[in-house]
Amino acid sequence: MKNQRKGPKTAWAAQSALLPMGMVVLIAYVASILWTVRISFSSSKMLPKSDWAGITQYVRLFTNERWTIDMVHMVQFGVFFISSALILGFLLAVFVDQKVRLEGVFRTIYLYSYAISFVACGVVWQWMFNPTLGIQRSLQSWGWESARFDWIASQDMAIYCVVIALLWHSAGLVMAILLAGLRGVDEELWKAARIEGVPRWRYYVSIVLPQLGATVSTAVVLLAISVVKVYDAVVAMTNGGPGDATDVPSKFIMDNLFERQNIGLASAASTTMLVTVLIIIAPLMYARSRSKTAASH
Amino acid sequence: MKNIKMSLLATLIASLGISSPALAQKAEVIHWWTSGGESAALKQLAEGYNKAGGQWVDNAIAGGDNARAAALNRIAGGNPPTASQFNTSKQYHELIDAGLLADVDEVAAKEGWEQWMPGPIKNVIKKNGHYYAVPVNIHSGTWFWYSKAVLAKAGVTEPKTEAEFWTALDKIKASGQTAFAQSGTLSYERSTFNAVLLHMGGRDMYMKFYGDKDANLVKSPAFKTVLEKFKKLRSYTDAGVAGRSWNDTTALLVTDKAGFQTVGDWAKGEFLAAGKTAGKEFGCFQGWGPKAPYMVSGDVFVLPKTSNKDAIAAQQLLAKVITSPATQVAFNMKKGSIPIRPDVDASGMDICAQAGVIALKDPARATPDPSMLMAPDIFGNVSDVITKFWNTDMKVEDAQGLFAKALTSN
Repeated sequence: MKNQRKGPKTAWAAQSALLPMGMVVLIAYVASILWTVRISFSSSKMLPKSDWAGITQYVRLFTNERWTIDMVHMVQFGVFFISSALILGFLLAVFVDQKVRLEGVFRTIYLYSYAISFVACGVVWQWMFNPTLGIQRSLQSWGWESARFDWIASQDMAIYCVVIALLWHSAGLVMAILLAGLRGVDEELWKAARIEGVPRWRYYVSIVLPQLGATVSTAVVLLAISVVKVYDAVVAMTNGGPGDATDVPSKFIMDNLFERQNIGLASAASTTMLVTVLIIIAPLMYARSRSKTAASH
Repeated sequence: MKNIKMSLLATLIASLGISSPALAQKAEVIHWWTSGGESAALKQLAEGYNKAGGQWVDNAIAGGDNARAAALNRIAGGNPPTASQFNTSKQYHELIDAGLLADVDEVAAKEGWEQWMPGPIKNVIKKNGHYYAVPVNIHSGTWFWYSKAVLAKAGVTEPKTEAEFWTALDKIKASGQTAFAQSGTLSYERSTFNAVLLHMGGRDMYMKFYGDKDANLVKSPAFKTVLEKFKKLRSYTDAGVAGRSWNDTTALLVTDKAGFQTVGDWAKGEFLAAGKTAGKEFGCFQGWGPKAPYMVSGDVFVLPKTSNKDAIAAQQLLAKVITSPATQVAFNMKKGSIPIRPDVDASGMDICAQAGVIALKDPARATPDPSMLMAPDIFGNVSDVITKFWNTDMKVEDAQGLFAKALTSN
């Protein structure tokens, strides 16, 4: 009873403490989003204008070949990046979970790449992939004269170079998240499974993985966010090239926002991205809120 | 302790002194000249301005795009810098239309810009009869550079015609060296395209393409030949092209690992920094023949409109100092560019710069840079086609169609 009376008071204090944060969100995020949506319906070029141009900018956007290609690239990149990061991260987590010696050292090494900035990561991998400097050159100088590894110069394979670089960057993070999940799985399960003669891989796939649902979805959300915002690594690594082979929507937006003085078109592209993200996230949020209310009843 | 107090007091007094407007005309200048050679050149402008009684407040922002974005934000937000750097192009034309830039007619009249300013530059800084930008320098984006050692090893000399150029490429390739050094960035793929269009397609074709945005030209057999030549250059490049910056590419010539490169005269800084001399270890030519077109680009400072009297006075002084003969020579010697004035002493410059000064005097040779002719968004669409054509197996006919579409977009 006492607690209940105290409840609203602390809530009020907590909420007033949150007020500055709330204001920042409201002014810096919500207002900026609304402003961007507004601009996307104007004829703005270099400077923002307040006229109405209807859906002109959206027509320009969707008839723009480069934008279509960029969206395809994002899907392509997203599918390969998220799935490979989950697989590699899971394998690393399982490895570290085997009570190996120097576990702390391995954990740190795997997580280290995540501490590197996207730009540095992009530059390093640009050199690694460069046929005259990096991996190909090394293989050849070790005696494998016919070694070829020039994906970064290839129209079809360059996007996978970006996948590999960012996989290297993010796999450690996925490992850390999944490892935390693995540590939450009851060890007795493994003992029971062993008595039943279940092989180790089967134990992980059929018994452990289903219990990691929440952990995996956290990792997926984090990875999905980095797919949508992938920009700096691409700029540092390939700058969208060769040609438009690694061009992504965020680069299209930045190019048009500044260099090409096309604020209207860039705003239309940003709004489209926002809607896309909402379409993907909304069902997820809905499902989560339903499962919460279901649990509380 | 006493000393610290004293020095604090002194700083306080000094800062009060500086902030009083009567003392000096303070000019805050946004620019993107941050590399070694660039900042050395910029120092000449700052010193010139300080000597003339002003006070230069430096605001360097690395990267042209970043610097222009910062300036635009401040101008649109009502807190403009005294002056801000742009390229000699249409980049700032929308600011003129929006009434956000002050004109420099007074200085222009006093210094006689009308009489001696090169045509391509005059056309792009003058709008509706008023001058809206202060040009600083003249660059040219389509120079051909070559390594003398590489050419000698292949048994060729500087090509005097286009045919000789192709033969030279073949011979260098046959000698086992990289014939053509190419950067893997969009800007420099475009720069190679411009060099081919201007020097192999000719000035008329170039002007029709960038100036008139002529979709019929693009479909013509003559333009098709230009595209084929552009693509043919690719067969002379090395395997390390992808993502390589222009200066890493120039480094191939500096270290005698590749024969030719087409890039602007800012590449000269790379040769000079390595202790090479024009005409000795490396050579330069601007197309072929005595009437070869000379592409003109460069940098300007725009002066955002303000009601602050001190700021206006500072802007006028800045415009005067930047275009004065003494500052022009001092700045451009360091920058690798050539002065905007024809009435300055060019004898101290290297042979490439001197060739540029001569070319600039002939109005039939001086050709505007694409960004002076085309609005940034169409230019962007054209660039997308150039890089796509260069990097893929796209058919020449398909490229012609895409170019026509890009030129007529918007």
